[in-house]
Amino acid sequence: MTDQTHALELKQIRKSFGKVDVIHGIDLAIEEGEFVVFVGPSGCGKSTLLRLIAGLDDPTSGDILLQGKRVNGIPAAERGLSMVFQSYALYPHMNVRANLSFGLENMNMPRAEITQRVDDAARLLQIDQLMDRRPGQLSGGQRQRVAIGRAIVREPVIFLFDEPLSNLDAELRLQMRVEISNLHAQLGNTMIYVTHDQVEAMTMADRIVVLRGGRIEQMGKPLDLYNAPANKFVAGFIGAPQMNFLKGSLAGRTVTLDCGLTKEVPLAEEAQGPVTLGVRPEAIEVSLDGAGDAQVKVQNFEQLGAITYIYTAFDNGETLTVQLPRQIPLTRGQSIGIGIDPAHVHLFHGPEERALGMAR
Amino acid sequence: MTMPHGHSIPPGGPMRRLTRFLTRTSGRGDSAQGFGVTDVLAYSYLAFGVLIVLVPVLWTFFTSIKPERQVENFDTRLLPYSQIEEEIAGVGTRDLWIFDDGTGEEQLVFKAGPTRSVTDVATPENPDEVFGVPRETLEPLEEVRVAVENYLDPILKRNGQENFHFATYLFNSVFVTVVATLITLLINAMAGFALSKYRFRGRLTFTILIVATLLIPASIILVSLFFVVWSFGIFGSLWGVIIPAAATPTGVFLLRQYMLTIPDELLEAARMDAASEWRIFWRIIIPLSLPALSVLAILSVIWRWNDFLWPLIVLISDPSAHTLQLGLTQFAGEFNTDFHYILAMTVVTLLPITLVFVWLQRFITTGIATTGLK
Repeated sequence: MTDQTHALELKQIRKSFGKVDVIHGIDLAIEEGEFVVFVGPSGCGKSTLLRLIAGLDDPTSGDILLQGKRVNGIPAAERGLSMVFQSYALYPHMNVRANLSFGLENMNMPRAEITQRVDDAARLLQIDQLMDRRPGQLSGGQRQRVAIGRAIVREPVIFLFDEPLSNLDAELRLQMRVEISNLHAQLGNTMIYVTHDQVEAMTMADRIVVLRGGRIEQMGKPLDLYNAPANKFVAGFIGAPQMNFLKGSLAGRTVTLDCGLTKEVPLAEEAQGPVTLGVRPEAIEVSLDGAGDAQVKVQNFEQLGAITYIYTAFDNGETLTVQLPRQIPLTRGQSIGIGIDPAHVHLFHGPEERALGMAR
Repeated sequence: MTMPHGHSIPPGGPMRRLTRFLTRTSGRGDSAQGFGVTDVLAYSYLAFGVLIVLVPVLWTFFTSIKPERQVENFDTRLLPYSQIEEEIAGVGTRDLWIFDDGTGEEQLVFKAGPTRSVTDVATPENPDEVFGVPRETLEPLEEVRVAVENYLDPILKRNGQENFHFATYLFNSVFVTVVATLITLLINAMAGFALSKYRFRGRLTFTILIVATLLIPASIILVSLFFVVWSFGIFGSLWGVIIPAAATPTGVFLLRQYMLTIPDELLEAARMDAASEWRIFWRIIIPLSLPALSVLAILSVIWRWNDFLWPLIVLISDPSAHTLQLGLTQFAGEFNTDFHYILAMTVVTLLPITLVFVWLQRFITTGIATTGLK
């Protein structure tokens, strides 16, 4: 792998602001044409990492390689990347056409080609009838398109998106999510997308990089992260509603949970000690007559028609969320039986709460 | 909306209705609010303020159109009066006086000799018939006449005003004002940009140092500034006035504060758009700082146009480099001061600055409102 040229490669990137370390040695390689999403809670360093790649900030140590060439110290203007900002950062005193062509004018491109590229981008994003308007006269979604258009016309090596959808309402966000995915399919450029929204990450990414506290927790395909989270943080972060966590202890391959439930799990190796058992809401079966591994009390529920969410609690107070792909009759306070399939549980163990390997 | 201290006026006859119509401040018909005590106080206060600002200017203007003699006599009448003269055969041009012998009968006369307690006068019809009258019985025969010569003499170099080079002074003043303002805007905008948008060691120190110079009165640095200008070899030239005024702490501070409000993301977006820092300055920072730049432009024009002390020091030796403000000093001599010319030319020099202000005052108000500075 080392002699192959990646679209982008980060080697032991560290970044400190004064005495505060924000990024703690990140190694990452991104391939040509990949759609990579950096996801994590706020303050995890994902935006900082993006700014380091863009060249808007310089890393404290480590190397950034763009197509095999080290670009540390090369200013943002000369890296050939383009970026869509969270606030869009459209030039308020220029109309849409001037906003789109500004970058190309800076590259001393011939007039005719600028017009050509700007018109193409405008048509692609369906903003061609807005070309004479100022950003202040556009709606949020239109501004978003102009911001993306400004990134497209440059035909960059890599697109960088910094939480581009966070200022849009839910409906528009869904629509733009699809459009950005389509755009990636159409253009085939490498894209790096930063978000704190795991749904955006799951739906758009070829590969997700989960960050926490300036470290990579896990990276991989969306479903790999979903099905085999490397630790409790990733397990809790990816997926909505969140994975259920139940405390307990492990002896050999038998877990005894604090809520009273005992379960044989298909561990690859036997182990001992305190563990956290994780099970996704949809991996829990419900029986209204109380049959199953344990009894829980229904505290609340949401009937969405196709899906039913049931919020329940064990006698010791630990809560359990269940997601059923069907409708069932429920009342609050009622006792129901739940069944947990051992094939779908995760066990987290140790100070870093790493996942224990399963035999499956 | 009702005035807190206004009172509604009861209906009455047609006159009362008219009065009510003219004095009502808000509302309609019988429920209208009248002119209350607070209104009277507010308008008095505003009128007082207007008078304080306007009276000196109006006094300057009205005095500038009075004839020389009326100005020198400190005649405080508002209108410009001048004594009527007449060409009298065999005597020459003389001022006409009205002689009142106490019976109510008036006679036009001219003074045939020096003014004494009993002055010799004669009528224009019979210039040889000289008779003595008490001085107090003579009143000047006057007409209202605008003394345009106060303006035209210096401008057209008539009546011994050949040394007043109006066109040269005007050109010098305009040149200094325009060039100094342009350089001020450029240099202060660059300084403001650097101090607001770049992170470097000592940024705050520099800002504080620059702002701190506001505390030093110009007269204190006059001597050192003189030596600096002297050693740069621009003493005696217009550049000696322009260059030292180019960087003003007020301007740097005003622009820095305004530029702080421009989001950094715009600059970063421009950097991602492959714009050089120079291009960012011209295409992003300058257009977005226009309100603050207008304020500084107006201030700079006013400062440079009205500047007197520093141009006096630098340009005194070369009359061809004098500005209008320096030119005015020519009328004030050791023994005699031509106040009518000074006032007329003062009005002329006020005109351009007034026009600039009228044209740009909307920028001042929006600029002050947005920068919170004056």
